[in-house]
Amino acid sequence: MNQTTADVLQISALAAALALVHRPLGDYMAAVYTSRRHLRPERWIYRCVGADPDAEMRWPAYLRGVLAFSAVSLLFLYAMQRFQDRLPMSLGFEPISPDQAFNTAASFTSNTNWQSYAGESAMGHLTQTGGLAVQNFLSAAVGMAVALALVRGFARSRTGELGNFWSDLVRGTVRILTPVSVLAAVVLVATGAIQNFASPHEVQTLSGGGQHISGGAVASQEAIKNLGTNGGGFFNANSAHPFENPTGVSNLLEMFLLLVIPFSLPRTFGKLVGSVRQGYAIAAAMGVIWFAGVIAVTVTEYAHPGSASQLAGAAMEGKETRFGEGGSSLFAVSTTMTSTGSVNSFHDSYSGLSGGVLMLGMMLGEIAPGGVGSGLYGMLMMAVIAVFVAGLMVGRTPEYLGKKIGTRQIKLAACYLLVTPSLVLGGTALAMGLGDGEAAMTNTGAHGFSEVLYAYTSGSNNNGSAFAGFGADTPFLNTSIGLCMLLGRFLPMVFVLALAGSLARQSPVPETAGTLRTGKPLFTGLLVGAALIISGLTFFPALALGPLAEGLV
Amino acid sequence: MYTSMHTSGRHSGRLLWAAFRALLVLTVITGVLYPLAVTGVAQTVFHDRANGSMAEADGREVGSALIGQQWAGEDGKPDPRWFQGRPSAGGYDPLATGSSQLGASDKRLVAAVRAARAQVADFNGVPVSEVPADAVTGSASSIDPHISPRYARLQAERVARTNGLPETAVARLVEEHTEGRAAGFLGEPHVNVLKLNLAVHGLARE
Repeated sequence: MNQTTADVLQISALAAALALVHRPLGDYMAAVYTSRRHLRPERWIYRCVGADPDAEMRWPAYLRGVLAFSAVSLLFLYAMQRFQDRLPMSLGFEPISPDQAFNTAASFTSNTNWQSYAGESAMGHLTQTGGLAVQNFLSAAVGMAVALALVRGFARSRTGELGNFWSDLVRGTVRILTPVSVLAAVVLVATGAIQNFASPHEVQTLSGGGQHISGGAVASQEAIKNLGTNGGGFFNANSAHPFENPTGVSNLLEMFLLLVIPFSLPRTFGKLVGSVRQGYAIAAAMGVIWFAGVIAVTVTEYAHPGSASQLAGAAMEGKETRFGEGGSSLFAVSTTMTSTGSVNSFHDSYSGLSGGVLMLGMMLGEIAPGGVGSGLYGMLMMAVIAVFVAGLMVGRTPEYLGKKIGTRQIKLAACYLLVTPSLVLGGTALAMGLGDGEAAMTNTGAHGFSEVLYAYTSGSNNNGSAFAGFGADTPFLNTSIGLCMLLGRFLPMVFVLALAGSLARQSPVPETAGTLRTGKPLFTGLLVGAALIISGLTFFPALALGPLAEGLV
Repeated sequence: MYTSMHTSGRHSGRLLWAAFRALLVLTVITGVLYPLAVTGVAQTVFHDRANGSMAEADGREVGSALIGQQWAGEDGKPDPRWFQGRPSAGGYDPLATGSSQLGASDKRLVAAVRAARAQVADFNGVPVSEVPADAVTGSASSIDPHISPRYARLQAERVARTNGLPETAVARLVEEHTEGRAAGFLGEPHVNVLKLNLAVHGLARE
């Protein structure tokens, strides 16, 4: 089989698997979040928490739940790293420094999983499985909960009630993330991913040298790392490490895992608002952007521009033999556009233009298809903007799913859209202005600037991947990127929940001949256009200085 | 931390205490029970794989079949008796994984690729035009256990000569150790360097 056929088949297989699974999974998730029954272990959990899972919350209460839980998680994870030398199974590692521990705690509770540390040489077993991997589950469940609250805002009328945060958090964890992770982790072990609690042990190699073979609960962390669109690798090499991602099969499974919930949630949304077409219009917009990114990066990497790649004969620097350019490009686009940030190849060594596409994927606000939960609410915020723009064109009050998009709604959506660009551009400018950005560069010139821009883009959009030549473990960078991650995660949630509350209070507007049909391909086109124009243009000047300057010169 | 004007301090305290208890109980489920359950299944059903797919020779462990190694002599230079893996940013140390991180147009990377091309060509007695890309570029993990079938075939003559083996026998080993794409279309064809060298080792001892 030739290269092109294999790559076409690989992309098709991934798309087909998603098409096959999105329906049962989307319907299942809709059932999970609307069921009136509590499972026995869930009742037990609610008793421990001391919360009534049936008590409806208005948006401020829901938000307080989200923030309280995330704040406690942040502090707990910080403390765990600071005292890891006193914990069992610490492998003899020192406590993490205060700025790095803050950065990592912010990173994992915000579903970013930016890593300024190297797992194999810094984190003990308990910190990894009992701290970091726990937030892989819980930060993902928080994202899904907020998305569900927004969906309820559209689905409900004449009430301010958005559901119960504790119930959404627990159900997402217990009924969705955990069972799928168990299944995926076992399959990953079958392909060769390791799953043990051993310390690194030394072997004598045939050529007479010694080599330390690492141990760890890798497969279990790998499964939720991708399923929860987290991305924090057990090892520094992340999903390029053969113990995390041993074969072409595990590679396909990991890409499937990181895309499956984001591409299934629009179906859940459609079910809950009473029209699956509405969900498909959203999913189609996500799919179009993702697919365009896959084609752009794959074609560019095979063409291997860049003097070093040209000399070598292929763009294989920073890529693994078993994945090649095709399996690496597909993974790279999927991980940047889902806010996952796990990598099976190092993006820093991609050609300038490919690097630009990967950055643009994040800059669109992680909506194609975006992170678990955050992708759906991000795209719905964009839909509110798109409906508003369309309303301006024809001169009538815009409405979406029977809800008026008035002054308050558009203000909230606009505030949402302003948060990450401010953080990305402000953070990059600050780091460049103070010289901290330049000091951390591995590369020079335009590509060096791209490293800084990528770092703040990744942090603020909660992606977590990096142009990893960037030496991010300095007090300034740990602190500033840490703040970007927290503000980029929780400030948008405030606007999402406030919007959800305002929508839920409204009475539905009857559909008329003048209503924009938002379940049609035309709306999908409008949505893609809005995303590209609004977010794309915001970042065009910054992209011109980095990846475009590198790729076009 | 956000607190509504309507929320008294005591109310916030209660909320944080509930959040803390929720975190603890969910940590037990996802941070203790989940990894233990997966470990239990993995260790029972896939014992070897769960423990790193270790490879043995001469009755002892000589590495993991999934982790690439440095095939150097005592002087630290590539040993011509072994098939060589790809260049590694971390010297094939599994405790320091990661790549060069140099951009595709970086001058240092151009110099490294040029030097590697000359070295590989000279080491194997072939023209530089025949040196494949994977032989001169560093992998992502720095412990890539594989090379392309083309790079393996290119090394066969040298390995045969330095081990006093017939070239056809070594070429046959290369073919036997060439793994195609999984299911015919997933990933790329590759050769596992450790497994291939183990086969050469076995043949040389006979």
